[in-house]
Amino acid sequence: MHSRLSAFNITALVTGFAFLYLPIVILVIFSFNASRLVTVWGGFSTQWYGALLENEGIRSAAAVTLKVALISSTFATVLGTLAGLILARFGSFRGRTLFSGMIYAPMVMPEVITGLSLLLAFVALAIDRGMMTITLAHITFSLCYVAVVVQSRLVTFDNALEEAAMDLGATPARTFFQVTLPVIMPAVVSGWLLSFTLSLDDLVIASFTSGPGATTLPMKIYSQVRLGVTPEINAVSTIIVGLVAGGVIIASLIAKQARRDSDANHP
Amino acid sequence: MKQTPEKRNALRDTPWLDPEQTPHVQLLDIRKNYGDFTAVDNISLDIYKGEFFSLLGPSGCGKTTLLRMLAGFEIPTQGRIILDGEDMSAVPPYARPVNMMFQSYALFPHMNVEKNIAFGLKQDKVPKAEIQERVAEVIELVQMQKFAKRKPHQLSGGQKQRVALARSLVKRPKMLLLDEPLGALDKKLRQDTQFELMAIQEKLGITFVIVTHDQEEAMTVSSRIAVMDHGRIVQVATPTQIYEFPNSRYVAEFIGEINIFQGVVENSDSENAAIISEEAGCRVETGRSTDIAENAHAWVAIRPEKFDISTEPPSDTRVNCMQGEVWDIGYLGNLSVYHVKLDSGKMAMAVRTNRARSIESSITWEDRVYLSWHPSAAVILSN
Ligand SMILES: Nc1ncnc2c1ncn2[C@@H]1O[C@H](COP(=O)(O)OP(=O)(O)OP(=O)(O)O)[C@@H](O)[C@H]1O
Ligand SMILES: [Mg+2]
Repeated sequence: MHSRLSAFNITALVTGFAFLYLPIVILVIFSFNASRLVTVWGGFSTQWYGALLENEGIRSAAAVTLKVALISSTFATVLGTLAGLILARFGSFRGRTLFSGMIYAPMVMPEVITGLSLLLAFVALAIDRGMMTITLAHITFSLCYVAVVVQSRLVTFDNALEEAAMDLGATPARTFFQVTLPVIMPAVVSGWLLSFTLSLDDLVIASFTSGPGATTLPMKIYSQVRLGVTPEINAVSTIIVGLVAGGVIIASLIAKQARRDSDANHP
Repeated sequence: MKQTPEKRNALRDTPWLDPEQTPHVQLLDIRKNYGDFTAVDNISLDIYKGEFFSLLGPSGCGKTTLLRMLAGFEIPTQGRIILDGEDMSAVPPYARPVNMMFQSYALFPHMNVEKNIAFGLKQDKVPKAEIQERVAEVIELVQMQKFAKRKPHQLSGGQKQRVALARSLVKRPKMLLLDEPLGALDKKLRQDTQFELMAIQEKLGITFVIVTHDQEEAMTVSSRIAVMDHGRIVQVATPTQIYEFPNSRYVAEFIGEINIFQGVVENSDSENAAIISEEAGCRVETGRSTDIAENAHAWVAIRPEKFDISTEPPSDTRVNCMQGEVWDIGYLGNLSVYHVKLDSGKMAMAVRTNRARSIESSITWEDRVYLSWHPSAAVILSN
C-alpha cells in the first residue's frame, strides 16, 4: 500500500506507540534525574549510574544475572539446536509427536508452574539451591525457544547442500560443522540472544529456584521496589532495557540477513 | 584376434562392442523399493570408461533414484554396483570416487565461488598450493575467472550451473553424475552448454552419466542412451540406433515423432518379411527377416522424414505406399509438416525439407497425395 498516512493513521500510530513505550521513556528520563525524589525533575545528572557502581548488592546481583544468562543461554543453544535438528530431520520416528509436543510445552506452561515443578525437582533430588539451580532452570525453559527458532530455519534448508558436501568427501561430522551449522548459524545466534534476554529478565522462575546467596538482578530490583522506587533502580532498569533492546535488534538484523541469503539460494 | 588399426579405433569409440573391454561401472540386478513401491526394477547395465551415458525417461521412471544409488545416497534394496572392479555397496558417498552435479546446484551459500570449488579438495587434505592451482584450472575451464570472489546469490542461473560443474570436476572423479544439469537454463544457453559439456567431457575423459527427460538433449550429447520406463530399462543403444531401430513401440514413440500402423506378418522367415496393414492400406515390405511369427500382430513404424510425399502416384501403389488427403500443413521455416488423412481414416505425418524457396508449394490442402518409402525405412515392432 502506498497511500499516504492520514491524520487518523498518525494518531493511531502515536497513541499505540505511546501506550507501549511511554512508561519506558519515563523510566529512562528519570534515571538521569538529579533529584532524589523519583517523580520530581531536578535537572540532568548521571549520578545514579555512579551510585550503582558503589552499590555492592546491585553489583553482585548483576554479576549473578550475567553469569546465569551467559551459561544458560549457551547450554540452551547447544541442546536446543540438537533438538531442532532432530525435529526437522528425522521425518518420523516412534514418539515424534510426543517429543515435539513436549519441546513446546514449557513455552505455554505458566511460569509459576514451571518454577514450582523445578523447585520440587531440585528438592527431591537434594540439589542445593543457588546459582546452579537457577542456571539449570533457565536452560530448561529457554531450550525450547532455541529449538523452535532452529527448526523453523531448517524447514527451508536445502538437504541437497548436505548431500553435496558428503559427495565432495566430507564425513557427516564435517558436513555438519562446515555446511549445516554455518548455514543455520543466524538462527542459532538469534536463538542464543533470545535465551540470553529471557534469562536476563526472568523473575518468577529465578525466585522459585534460587537459594541463599544467589540473587539475580530482577529479584533484587523487585525486593528493593517494595521499599520504594529509588533513582538507582531507574538507572539499572535503563541499562537492562538497553541490553535487551540491543539483543532484539541484533537478532532481527541477523534474521533478515539470513533470509536474504536463503532467498538468493533459490532462484 | 588381431585387429586392424581402423577396427581398433572404431572400438575405442564403441567399447561396448568390444568383448575384451571390461566395463567401468557395472550395475548387477539393481532393485530399489520404497515400502512396497518399486522405483527401480532389476536393472543390469554396463557403462564403459569415457562414455557420455544418458538415462532418459518420463517423470517418475526412476532416473534420479538410479543416479542416487550410484552416488551412494540411496542403498539398493537388492543387487550390486561395481566401479572399476570394486564393490561399492558398503562404501558411503563421501568415500566414493564419484561426484555429482545436483539439479538445484546445491552451492554452499556462505562460501564464494572459489571456496565452493575448493571444498572437495580441502576434505582430502590436498596441500594449499595445489588446491589453488587446481581451483584456478577448473575456474578457467568453465570460464568463471571474473566471478571467483562472488557469493552464489550474486550469480545468474547459468553461472551457478558452471560453478556447480567446476566443483564436481575439480576432484577429478572417475565418474561424474549429472541430474538434469541444464533443466533451469533457457533453450539457447542449454544448447551452448550441451556442446561445452561434451567438449569438457572429451578433454577430461571422465565417464559422464547424465539424467534427462529431454530427448533432444540425450540425442545430442550421448554416446549411448538408456530409455527407462517404470523403473525398467527398455533399450540401451547409441542415439542413432535408438532413433532408427527402436526395439519397441514405447521407445519409438518416446524418441521423436513416428507413424505407427498395425498389421499382420506375412512370410516371416524369408529375407523380405512383409506386413499387411489395413491401416496403412498397403503391403509393407522391409527387405529384412523378422522373428515375429507368421500371421501374428505386429506394428510398422516409419519416421515422418522417411516419406516421399507427392501428388503423382509411384510405380507400384500397392507396396510401401499410402494414399490420402492433405489435412493440414505446418510451415516451420526449414521444414514443412504434412498431416495426411489416409483412406483408412488414420492420420499420418510426413516432413519435407523446404529446399526450394517457393511461396506456393506444389502440395496444398485437400490435395490427394501418395506417401512412399524405401523398404529400409520401416521398422517392425512386436509390441
Ligand atoms: N524417498 C522416496 N520415498 C518413496 N518414494 C520415492 C522416494 N524417492 C522417489 N520415490 C518414487 O520413486 C519413483 C522414481 O522417482 P525418481 O525421482 O527416480 O524419478 P525420476 O525419473 O527422476 O523423475 P523426474 O524426471 O520427475 O525427476 C517416483 O515414483 C517417486 O515417487
Ligand atoms: Mg529426477
